[in-house]
Formats: sequence, C-alpha cells, structure tokens
Amino acid sequence: MADMNRAYTGESHGSVGSYGIGFVLSIILTGAAFGLVMEPVLPHVATLLAIAGLAAVQVFVHLFFFLHMNGSSEQRWNVTAFAFAVLTVAILIVGSLWIMHNISENMMPGVAKSHMPAEM
Amino acid sequence: MDATHESLAAHPEHGEHHGPGPNTVFGFWLYLMTDCILFATLFAAFAVARHQFADGPSGHDIFDLKYVGVETLLLLVSSCTYGLAMLDAYRNRTSGLVLWMGITFLLGLGFIGMEVNEFSHLVAEGHGPDQSAFLSAFFTLVGTHGLHVTCGLIWMVVLMSQILIKKNGISGPYMNRLMCLSLFWHFLDIVWICVFTFVYLMGVQ
Repeated sequence: MADMNRAYTGESHGSVGSYGIGFVLSIILTGAAFGLVMEPVLPHVATLLAIAGLAAVQVFVHLFFFLHMNGSSEQRWNVTAFAFAVLTVAILIVGSLWIMHNISENMMPGVAKSHMPAEM
Repeated sequence: MDATHESLAAHPEHGEHHGPGPNTVFGFWLYLMTDCILFATLFAAFAVARHQFADGPSGHDIFDLKYVGVETLLLLVSSCTYGLAMLDAYRNRTSGLVLWMGITFLLGLGFIGMEVNEFSHLVAEGHGPDQSAFLSAFFTLVGTHGLHVTCGLIWMVVLMSQILIKKNGISGPYMNRLMCLSLFWHFLDIVWICVFTFVYLMGVQ
C-alpha cells in the first residue's frame, strides 16, 4: 500500500507529526512578524528586514513540512522547476523595481523642470 | 467505471499501479510555478505603486492588523487540516477525509467571507480600486489571491461530492485530484504569507 502511494505521488507524504511541527513553526513565525509590527521594538528598517526574513523562513517551512519538498531524487524535477520559478520571480521583481525606480528618478517633475524650463 | 480506470492504470509503459499519476501531479506542479510568476508580476506592480496614494489613504489608514491576523490564522489552520485530510486519504479512510476536507472548506470560506467584507467596507468608504494606484494594485493582488482561494473551494466541494457519491474508497484518479488540490491549497497559503508580509505588515509599518 505504501509503495502504491509512493508511485502515485512521486514524492513523500507527511505524517501528523510533520504537519504538527510545520503548523507550530508557522504560527510562531507569523506571530513574530505581526508582533514586531504591532508592538514595535526594533527601528523601522530593522523591522522591515526582520519581517521579510521571517516570511522567507516561513515559505521554506511550508515548502518542507506541507508541500514535502526535499532533495530526494524523486523530486529532482519538482525542485528544478521550483528553482527556475524562483529565478524568474527574482528577475521579474528586482528588474521591475530597478527599472521603475530609475524612471521615477529621471522623470520626476523636479528633474524635468531643470531640463525643460519652458514647459513648466 | 472502475474497469476503465484499471485499463488506464495498466498502461504498458508504466508499472501496474503507476498510471498517469506522477506525471499529472508534476504537470500540476509546473502550472503552480507559472501561477507563481503571475503573482510575482502582481507583487512587482504593487511594489512599484505602494507609495502612490494620490491623496487617498495609505496602508496605515485602512489596514486592521488584528483582522488580517485572524484571516491569516484561518488560512494557516486550513492548510494544516487539508494535510490531515490527505493523511486519511492515504489510509483510504473516506469519512475522515471528507470530515477534514469539510473543516478545510469552512475555514477557507471564513477567509473569503472576511476578505469580501474587508473589500466591501473599503469600497463603501470610497477607497475602491479607482482611488489610487496603491489601491488598484492592492485590490488586484489580494483579489487575485482571493479568486484562487474561491476556485480552490469550488474544487473542494466537487471532489467531496464525487468521493461521497462514489462510496467505494479512494481510487487512483481521485488520489491524483486530491494531491493536486493539496498542492494548490498549500501554494495559496505560501502566497498569502507574502501578501500579509509585503502588503499588510509593510503597508502599516
């Protein structure tokens, strides 16, 4: 029966224990992120970095405990596809922010004024 | 009906029990990765527009973190209960599966109810998606996630009724559908982690 299930999934499935650990970890991480913002104890930038870090950790907790992603050979293609998606997402988000930041730097009304005084 | 499944499962190129299973789930995983990129574009748009308030409200004015915290909790618990449903599915326990799936459905419905409530309050107060770039990006991003959750809920009802009507255990094709929905549901939870962090928490901060 166990072998049959493995054949269907191509990946391992969890146990009550692994879901429990994943759940407790994600509650702690979520609670910490909300706590840091609702009761600010850190400076502004440190809080932003901390909640971004907590989110990243929680994403991996979910991938590991809920989606059962791991480095096993059965999962090689799942992990490869995931890695490619992460790369694409990074290019998309960093690229968009970079381009739009440059546009707003170079096309702000203040900057434009110095180049085109007649229009203002 | 079962004869058809058996002949499908006994495809000559695969083993007796393999069938289209692993490929179906892997194909669904690939779909989720493309969905990931869809959400990434919406996150990028939100990141660009997050300070463009156009004299409208900022995140600090309209977000209630306690409310978002409850929404988050509903979705987190539902992810866990769906996991428990899957464990019952592996053991071929239909009643346990349907019970946990029903609980997951109610939690998901609660989440969607809270989100619809939040959106309708914002629109009623004049802070609809037409007020500023920030609100447009917010409604598009959070609304797309909500739409995905709604699709997941419909899928869940269909699967539950199929399994209840069938009454003779959980066979291969049903297992595949359950696996795909499992991936979908956990994936939406992961997207929500990014939503509450980058939209709500950073919006209030």
